[in-house]
Amino acid sequence: MKRGISTLAVLTSIMLCLALYFALAQPDWPFGTPTERTMGYVQRIFYYHVPSAWTAFLLFFINLGASIVYLARRSPKADIVALVSAEVGVVFCTVVLVTGPIWARPVWGIWWDADDIRLQSTLIMWLIYVSYLILRRVSTSSLTAVVAAVVAILGALLVPFVFFSIWFYRTQHPSPVIAHGGSLDPHMAFVLLFNWAAFLCLAGLVCWTRYRLEIAKREVEEAQALESLMETSR
Amino acid sequence: MNPDPQHYYLLAAFLATWAIHGTYLAVLARKYKKIRQEMEELRKSS
Amino acid sequence: MSFFSITRATLEKDIRLEWRSKDAINSMLYFALLVVVIFSHSFSPTAEESRRIAGGLVWVAFLFAALVALNQTWARELRNQVLDAYRVSPAPATPLFLAKALGNFLFVIILEALMTPLFIIFYNLRAVGPTLQLVPIAFFGTWALVVNGTFFAAISLRTRNREIMLPLLLFPFSIPAMMGMVNATTAVLTGEYSARVWIAMLLAYDVVFTVAGLYLFESILDAE
Repeated sequence: MKRGISTLAVLTSIMLCLALYFALAQPDWPFGTPTERTMGYVQRIFYYHVPSAWTAFLLFFINLGASIVYLARRSPKADIVALVSAEVGVVFCTVVLVTGPIWARPVWGIWWDADDIRLQSTLIMWLIYVSYLILRRVSTSSLTAVVAAVVAILGALLVPFVFFSIWFYRTQHPSPVIAHGGSLDPHMAFVLLFNWAAFLCLAGLVCWTRYRLEIAKREVEEAQALESLMETSR
Repeated sequence: MNPDPQHYYLLAAFLATWAIHGTYLAVLARKYKKIRQEMEELRKSS
Repeated sequence: MSFFSITRATLEKDIRLEWRSKDAINSMLYFALLVVVIFSHSFSPTAEESRRIAGGLVWVAFLFAALVALNQTWARELRNQVLDAYRVSPAPATPLFLAKALGNFLFVIILEALMTPLFIIFYNLRAVGPTLQLVPIAFFGTWALVVNGTFFAAISLRTRNREIMLPLLLFPFSIPAMMGMVNATTAVLTGEYSARVWIAMLLAYDVVFTVAGLYLFESILDAE
């Protein structure tokens, strides 16, 4: 196990450095990336923004799966996977919500586009999962894991309504269309996917670390509870 | 590279990304330290 | 005992308790008036503007009124360990949820019925579109807030900061529903577009979350 983590850590570091190079490299540098015509150099934020979004949604999806498994089987491991994927998912989702406006401002002149379905739904998912994490922290119930799993499932049920409501609002109130790029240059597609691979490695590494931390934490809590129990019975 | 004002946005975005990830990793590191301390205490008292 | 008889019994009990004590009702009535007054001092639009924004104002006011009402619901059950007694009894949890939700619904609808004429007066509102549509909007919209609110209030019972946990959960979940209610109301007030699709969306939202709430409530109630 230890060697696995070290290998992953090394791989992640290398990939992240390479990914950053590709993202920033001017077209005339070795292995450079073309600069987008209309948006200019700032467009390169997209190489961080989009993969972070894909990773966040993947993690939230894993959380949904783990929550369902937990409700069906009450397996503690499923609960830990749910917790870990929610936490790391929120971290990546925060990155999306911060880099989004930083990208939008110089390119389209506005910080926040209220009609952008993806941005709004990302915000709502972020809100749901932050509330989810707060619930897990302040819950005094002995079955917190069950309650959290229920909230996650309700959150998944909400997603189609979020998409529909914003989409339909746009059809009734058309706003100037902010084009989010059409086809992608193959070089840029490569850099995008490479950055995604690097962020997936990072996500995997962080999740693995958090998972082991949570297992250690629960073992310690059990041992502490057992010890105090033995002391009172002495 | 000419310091086009747009470059500052790029820099801000990348710095923000790493600041967010870095903060989370720092939090994890602190929790790890605490757990290790608690494990030591348990081992000593048992 | 059948599902519906348990629901009705619980609902009647809640209504009777509320009617006898009248503590919640009186303060809520006054709260409703205060909310409308505060809003009318904070937002003073012209008649033309007010039709456009009244939908949002009214539903935000209703949301906060509902929040105050919801916080009270389960607290009463906790006070005399009624919840524990219920859990030990062979009665299923689902009718309890339905009864609580219906009770909250009645309470909030009454509040809305009181606040609406006040809003009409303070904002000089006059609907241009089909006024009758406001009835399904009010019913479906209120149920959307109440069904999730009751569910999350039950969850919040076993948390350290009970009163703050309810809005933390309810608000994100209510966003699509709020969009539905507000846009539908604005559609009726301004008459500029149709509210029908929003009403349909609210109905779908209600169905989905009512079924989900009924199905998942047993798991929540057992979480002690």
